[in-house]
Amino acid sequence: MINYPLEITYIIASVLFIMGLKGLGHPESARRGMHYAEIGMLMAVIGTLLGQSIVTWQWILIGLVIGSAIGTAMAIFMPMTAMPQRIAISHAFGALAAVLVGINEFIVKGSEITSGLMGALGFEVLFGSLTVTGSLMAFGKLQGVLRSAPMTYKGQNFVNIFLFFVTVGMFVYLVFFPQNTLVFGLMIALSFLIGIFIVMPIGGADMPVVLSLMNSYAGLAAAATGFAIDNKVLIIAGSLDGSSGFILSIIMSKAMNRSFANVLFGAVGTAQVDTSTLHEDRPITKINVEDAKFILEQADRVVIVPGYGMAVAQAQHAVRELSDELEKRGTKVEYAIHPVAGRMPGHMNVLLAEANVSYDQLQEMEVINPTMDTVDVAIVIGANDVVNPAARTDKGSPIYGMPIIDVDKARTVIVMKRSMATGFAGIENPLFYQENTKMLFGDAKNVLQQLIAEFKKN
Amino acid sequence: MLFESFYILILAGFVGFEVIKRVTPTLHTPLMSATNAISGISLVGSLVAAGSDHFVSQMLGLVAVTAATINVVGGFMITERMLKMFKRKKRKQQ
Repeated sequence: MINYPLEITYIIASVLFIMGLKGLGHPESARRGMHYAEIGMLMAVIGTLLGQSIVTWQWILIGLVIGSAIGTAMAIFMPMTAMPQRIAISHAFGALAAVLVGINEFIVKGSEITSGLMGALGFEVLFGSLTVTGSLMAFGKLQGVLRSAPMTYKGQNFVNIFLFFVTVGMFVYLVFFPQNTLVFGLMIALSFLIGIFIVMPIGGADMPVVLSLMNSYAGLAAAATGFAIDNKVLIIAGSLDGSSGFILSIIMSKAMNRSFANVLFGAVGTAQVDTSTLHEDRPITKINVEDAKFILEQADRVVIVPGYGMAVAQAQHAVRELSDELEKRGTKVEYAIHPVAGRMPGHMNVLLAEANVSYDQLQEMEVINPTMDTVDVAIVIGANDVVNPAARTDKGSPIYGMPIIDVDKARTVIVMKRSMATGFAGIENPLFYQENTKMLFGDAKNVLQQLIAEFKKN
Repeated sequence: MLFESFYILILAGFVGFEVIKRVTPTLHTPLMSATNAISGISLVGSLVAAGSDHFVSQMLGLVAVTAATINVVGGFMITERMLKMFKRKKRKQQ
């Protein structure tokens, strides 16, 4: 029998979710969109509480209260710089809920489980479990609890692929023999292991792809839950989450010029890169803050290219202060954001927005690149591989073909960098040896503050 | 019934793809946290489990409700906190 009021509530909630995501098309409409989505969620929850067969209330209330308390605390007290970790762990929570609902369904339905239901349950617990541990691994690496460098060992890919096939084999077996509790339990245990193993060899700079992928898996797990308990709003919300993760994964992989498979099985950044042939002997041009001020004073158009180094040095506020000083003098300042700069999609944008940078100054790589030769000064702050011209010119380079921000085409490039160390890919950057490149060594925040002081002197 | 669900999955995935394709890259982080909050809709399934008369279900449901609520409440709040930061500066020259 169909519960019409409940189903109608779910339909409205689904529409509100879609409208909510549509709002994210522009910063102006984004907050209104989120309000739509929040109302949708509230309707779905209240509808469920009133319309479904609820017989005990105490556990629901306890869960809602604890969850709201933790969620609110995390939202209010967590610093913006911890956002990548926060995103990682939230995928783990969402997936955990899906897994538990799946296990519950398995226990409750018992001997009534059909092959069709098992198909849905299997997907749910498989994707859910590997998202839980995979996201926790990503969280550990981002938080610094675990080493963020890729952890690799001999035969790793073989072990991962073997585990994967064993798990899929169990899933297929379960579809034919859905009552086998032992295999069901083993499959969940193995999925947890797979989650750990697939994120283990992935290093810091590949985190944007991992987070996008986990976003997608968490959504798929939710959608599978909808199949298992025959709930349409779950399927719709899950598909939305799944497609957002999918689109982000594509964008991130493209921006790194790598396939999904390569990110998951490649563990780039380890020893396989031969850097000896790429070593440069040419001299570099070092400057100090006074020189930098002199160069910037002459500029009409400045483009700032931030990278993960800016996040590490917490230099976003100093960056904005510098651009304020420049704008005061009539210089046009823009920010060029590479899609994989930082540790998650949109990382640089969030940090700069936190520092009160106007969002219309944040430019995409495709927009800024064609105009790069009219830029007087490009300032690279804590970015390396995403501005490496070898990606355009050197066919032998491991990053050849990766889209980069063409700062080398600007009239002058100022590179703020701690040392001459290589970036995540472990390769030399010919940009640093160009005649128009000036190296300004030191901690980004420190150097920027000195530079701002220099500007304020007169 | 299962097939009906497939229709919904495919169509919702398609709508999601078309809508999310148009999300500005500037808002990719809020997008992730928003979709994450929305997929906290597993809360709906968790509530039913926690509210049943079966003790094991209640316990599994309790943990699931807690986890999903963290995502829904925390996810929406943090998304709003981020979106509040995206402002357009008024400039004198323009």
